Amino acid sequence: MSDKHKVTIDGIPVEVDPGTTILNAARQIGGDIVPPAMCYYSKLKGSGGKCRTCLVQVSKGSEKDPRPMPKLVASCRTTVMDGMEVKNITSPEVVEARKGVVEFLLINHPLDCPVCDQAGECHLQDLGFEHGAAKTRYEFDRRTFEKIDIGDKIQLHMTRCILCYRCVFTADQITDHRIHGILNRGDHSEISTYIQAAVDNDFSGNVIDVCPVGALTDKTFRFKNRVWFTKPVEAHRDCNHENCNGKVTLWYKGEDVIRVTARKDQWGEVEEFICNECRFDKKKTSDWVIEGPRKVSHQSVISANHYEFQPLPVVKTNPVLQEANKTQFERETRL
Amino acid sequence: MGRKLLLEHINVPGINTFDVYRQKGGYRSVEKALKQMTPDEVVEEVKKSGLRGRGGAGFPTGMKWSFLAKPEGVPRYLVCNGDESEPGTFKDRYLMTHIPHALIEGMITSSYALGANTSYIYVRGEMMPQIRILEKAIVEAKAAGFLGKNILGSGYDLELYVQPGGGAYICGEETALLESLEGKRGNPRIKPPFPAIAGLYGCPTVVNNVESIAAVVPIINDGGEEYAKIGIGRSTGTKLISAGGNLAKPGVYEIDLGLPVEEFLYSDEYCGGIANGKRLKAVVAGGSSVPILPANLFMKTAAGEGRLMSYESLADGGFATGTMMGSGGFIAFDEDACIVRNTWNFARFYHHESCGQCSPCREGTGWMEKVLHRLEMGHGSMADMDLLVDVSKKIEGNTICPLGDAAAWPVASAIRHFRDEFEWHVSHAAEAVTRNYGLAHYADPLPKPEPAA
Repeated sequence: MSDKHKVTIDGIPVEVDPGTTILNAARQIGGDIVPPAMCYYSKLKGSGGKCRTCLVQVSKGSEKDPRPMPKLVASCRTTVMDGMEVKNITSPEVVEARKGVVEFLLINHPLDCPVCDQAGECHLQDLGFEHGAAKTRYEFDRRTFEKIDIGDKIQLHMTRCILCYRCVFTADQITDHRIHGILNRGDHSEISTYIQAAVDNDFSGNVIDVCPVGALTDKTFRFKNRVWFTKPVEAHRDCNHENCNGKVTLWYKGEDVIRVTARKDQWGEVEEFICNECRFDKKKTSDWVIEGPRKVSHQSVISANHYEFQPLPVVKTNPVLQEANKTQFERETRL
Repeated sequence: MGRKLLLEHINVPGINTFDVYRQKGGYRSVEKALKQMTPDEVVEEVKKSGLRGRGGAGFPTGMKWSFLAKPEGVPRYLVCNGDESEPGTFKDRYLMTHIPHALIEGMITSSYALGANTSYIYVRGEMMPQIRILEKAIVEAKAAGFLGKNILGSGYDLELYVQPGGGAYICGEETALLESLEGKRGNPRIKPPFPAIAGLYGCPTVVNNVESIAAVVPIINDGGEEYAKIGIGRSTGTKLISAGGNLAKPGVYEIDLGLPVEEFLYSDEYCGGIANGKRLKAVVAGGSSVPILPANLFMKTAAGEGRLMSYESLADGGFATGTMMGSGGFIAFDEDACIVRNTWNFARFYHHESCGQCSPCREGTGWMEKVLHRLEMGHGSMADMDLLVDVSKKIEGNTICPLGDAAAWPVASAIRHFRDEFEWHVSHAAEAVTRNYGLAHYADPLPKPEPAA
């Protein structure tokens, strides 16, 4: 007897280990049926369940108890049962609920994408594009905040924060002491440090990477460029910090490294957290061992203007064309 | 006269002291349970009684107890939820103030049943008088040998503590309560795991309402079957109802479940009718979080029969024509009451009390409150009602904890049953604002009266 659990998501079956969440089961299938996630972060213990963008409908609980679940459930925090059947994009109820969540999230998130450093990498931007309405129904004043200074490396734009708690979990779990958290409650909640202290430990920069929107941005990169004009390159170095493996993505503008980030997987989650030295202090190509261009999904705006050269099969087999191709390449490189 | 199980000795002078309470037969359930019964037998009696949680959800208490995980070497906890703060509900405060030993006795018996050696009574922080009263009662019970080591020579140990809460409504939600009790921010936890598996400090925990725990005393004294004879259907026993609003005799009443609502509302034994001889307009039957019902729907079920004060009868007809027993916070509105103003008032409460963890509740409760405020102040439009219904639907069922539902139901039900009144607030904005507030503050909608000649 198999110890795997059979789950069907939007009619597509998959076998997963017991304890897997619906969201991760969907990720194993991939494609459009993967629920979006604004607050869940697989690398952070206890994250998820808050933003409610990943709500799904469980139309069959399990083989043993086939009753449907009475309410929509957060797929990131609900573990699968054997025989479970889940509806994501095939459920009008889910699509409607998700539209509602996007509307709620955008009530107090400014649409300042043209001046936001996160534009092009923003999960809320993608979510709004996929599920948002063209016009808002909210006619009241929006929540705004005074600027909060939390140090020389990280800019906190509380006005853009959607209170996903990812940065709080990051601060709690990968740094040696708690540096910030949530103050107040309800729609007065805000991320802040204790009496506006600076966020200054060795791994604090990671809160920038985990932020799904532009609430936490890199002060060393702000306003320097748009991500789709940069060239991402995978690189590594021998980092002395015991918890940093030095694997990063370098973001080039011309010959200059204008930003260093941790590497992210296909779900936009950091694979391994990096230290502040790698992130903020190593901005020369000579600091790094270059591995090659970063693969960017062709659907991502970051892929704009990035073409990978793929020689036609006929070139591979024709020495004359190969030579001509080589010459052309050399000329282009010189240019 | 209805039976009195919890409030039997409420008028006895000094019943809040150990000696008087003991003279009136207090702590018999502890003696019976510890000397004559095994913990499982106590649980079985509670199951037999059919007692349903009195905090609002109405889940069978005995069944909840039987879910408690019992791993070896791991402590178990009983936590009493005394964080009563829903608008319209004040029965637990009444019980704790006047008969604190009923709760202490229930806590000891229940803790024994659950195998808990440390138990907590979590009380809303603002209720300092009640906290002092309970602390005094614990000292008295301990001095008499009903708490501490080797209670009554049975070998059973129990330490009982009163813990003031932070004063947030959300801390009445059981997992938020546990977070608060652990010294953290009172945010609800995402379930599963349920507290019966991983509750306080990650250990198996039962969280029960004050009234539920107090009800364990008569159940053990008289037997679960005797208790189950009171009431009707699956609504067994007696229930404390905190009656308020435009009633002739507001107060806390103990009723047999199954009492006709007409009798509860109009008989002199209970509410004595509507104050000042006015007519009943609407009722909130179980605290502000349950759907409001107009008088005609409240008095009769969908089948046209007289409605009863029971879990099933009040819910008859679903949300289309029914409501819920909830916590027993009964609020009556007379013919002069403004439903729009009341709905705004409720919405304002839930907006203020949302913890802010999940997006629909954090943003949606505020949105609803602002639209209702606009309507109330005479600046609304006819489209606002549809907007409110739609926003409430997007909150309901999509949040981490039931606060989202609690915020959505009053708004949706008020518009469902009183849409005319909402529309009147739009079409007769000036009149509505004048009626509720006079002209002093809101001179905008009405022209100034001509000065007398």
